[in-house]
Amino acid sequence: MVIKRSIGEKVFSVCNILFMILMMVVTLYPFWYVVTCSFSDSAQLIGARGMMMLPKGFSLASYQAVLQNPNILTGYRTTLIVVVIGTTLNVLMTAICAFLLTRKKFALRGVMTYMALFTMYFGGGMIPTYLVVYKWLNLGDSLWALILPGAISTYNMIIMRTNFAEIPESLEESAKIDGANDILILFRIILPLSLPIIAVMVLFYGVAHWNAWFNALLYIRTRAKYPLQLVLREILLMNDTNQMTAGAAASDRFFLGESIRYATIIVATVPILLVYPFIQKYFVTGIMIGAVKG
Amino acid sequence: MKATITANNTGTDLRKHFSLKTKVKNELWQNRYLYLLAIPVIAYYVLFCYLPMFGLVIAFKQYELGKGIMESQWVGLKYFQEFFGGIYFGRLMRNTLLISFYSILFGFPAPIIFALLMNELRQRRFKKVVQTVTYLPHFISLVVICGMIVDFLASDGVLTRMLTVFGGQKTNYVGDARYFRAIYVISDIWQGIGWGSIIYLAALAGIDQQLYEAAVIDGAGRWKQTLHITLPGILPTIMIMLIMRVGQILSVGYEKIILLYGAGTYEVADVISSYVYRMGIGQSRYSFSAAVGLFQSVVNVILLVAANKTSRRLSGTSLF
Repeated sequence: MVIKRSIGEKVFSVCNILFMILMMVVTLYPFWYVVTCSFSDSAQLIGARGMMMLPKGFSLASYQAVLQNPNILTGYRTTLIVVVIGTTLNVLMTAICAFLLTRKKFALRGVMTYMALFTMYFGGGMIPTYLVVYKWLNLGDSLWALILPGAISTYNMIIMRTNFAEIPESLEESAKIDGANDILILFRIILPLSLPIIAVMVLFYGVAHWNAWFNALLYIRTRAKYPLQLVLREILLMNDTNQMTAGAAASDRFFLGESIRYATIIVATVPILLVYPFIQKYFVTGIMIGAVKG
Repeated sequence: MKATITANNTGTDLRKHFSLKTKVKNELWQNRYLYLLAIPVIAYYVLFCYLPMFGLVIAFKQYELGKGIMESQWVGLKYFQEFFGGIYFGRLMRNTLLISFYSILFGFPAPIIFALLMNELRQRRFKKVVQTVTYLPHFISLVVICGMIVDFLASDGVLTRMLTVFGGQKTNYVGDARYFRAIYVISDIWQGIGWGSIIYLAALAGIDQQLYEAAVIDGAGRWKQTLHITLPGILPTIMIMLIMRVGQILSVGYEKIILLYGAGTYEVADVISSYVYRMGIGQSRYSFSAAVGLFQSVVNVILLVAANKTSRRLSGTSLF
């Protein structure tokens, strides 16, 4: 079918494309600006911080300072631990919960569904949760305080449950005849059939752990245990670059402090930027499932 | 106990009693692996979701750490009265409601409009690129985003310099009370417009294509199609999102507020949840801040239910 398009529609199409290009520039330029600044020579940067397309001069001094900073390194380590252990636990618990809520013969299914759904609408809030985690369960200053609370995101669990519910029951029944118990059914049949949604969950939870900072602000007291984002906050928002410039001559310190902030942003964000193009399609799938069927 | 006593009286009760007991036993034994799996899940929900809910009773008590919840003295609505009568109540409500209002007014339609425009793109590859690029900021941590906002809008920041070209002042915008809310809302839109559009794109993809073909035959242009097919098609999704948004009116994204505000901007930026944080964690006023938090949650639930009812009556769409 040939669709004739009026002049108005053609004009609209062109404007729309221009608008989209503008949107992309507005989205990407801030990041590009940070990249250029991070590679710039600090002394030249102070003088010329307008719109930049390329670095002013070229220097890796700020990266050197960032990568030698003990806080950044311990922050990286803490964050990696929390991402790996936390995400594993998240996915495991979410899968188990979703699995239980699809077992039709399970007597607690109804009760547990309500128990989970209710938490989406009402909760104890910041202070009671803080008291429970910090004082009663005694998880204060422990990395478990960053891992255990929020082990199951009910929203993610529902996405997973929707996915599990679509697996034909006949597959499980034949396994049951062969003598498989429920745990085997979950790990040998349901999970291997759900790899795409597991990928989505790994990514949802993993990025959330990587970016989390507020829970550490609440629960972590020892500086050596600060996750990356909390270290970042000190550098970016509390202007604490003194430690990093300690090695530099006093006159350079002020200048270096400027570009160090940009280099810090890059160092902390590069892992996300590197995996982003690969994970992007999975994220979208996850949202779509939640949107269309949830 | 009761069951055993009656069981001793008559034979029929005895059978009933046994049948119930065996039923429970059977269920437990047959699904023993499911019950095993349920232990960590139930433990999680009880410890980290329901125990804090129970912990809300401290809002009605004078909670002292040494005494524990049970021994602490009941004080009724003392802390609620203190909050409602306090000097900050008006300021907190005003800031929370205003920031939420601006967020809904500008931030809510933005991804819808963006999705509609993206839907009009006929070039598949180009559309994919636009999507990939605009989803990106969603994955960048809030700390980094706020760090960039503060840096770009400092008195010698890149955005400030660009604004001076258009006659803007050379000032530290984030620290200026006049601009705080605008910065908050605009940066939210910047970060979330792409990601927020996904759900509407999904809804758009679900619209029956035959409707468009029929409309073309009837001579409807793109604008008419949008008005009469596309918008009604995604209306249920819009309503669901709006209901959920209204249910969060009192919980402005406090993480961002806490990252961005400072003594100079408390007057316009301090919202209920950032206040709860300062009172509760900063000053260890647990009962008082729990009361404020409870007030916030309860109002949110009421708003959610009200929005849900209104939507069901007006558009036939509802969340529950």
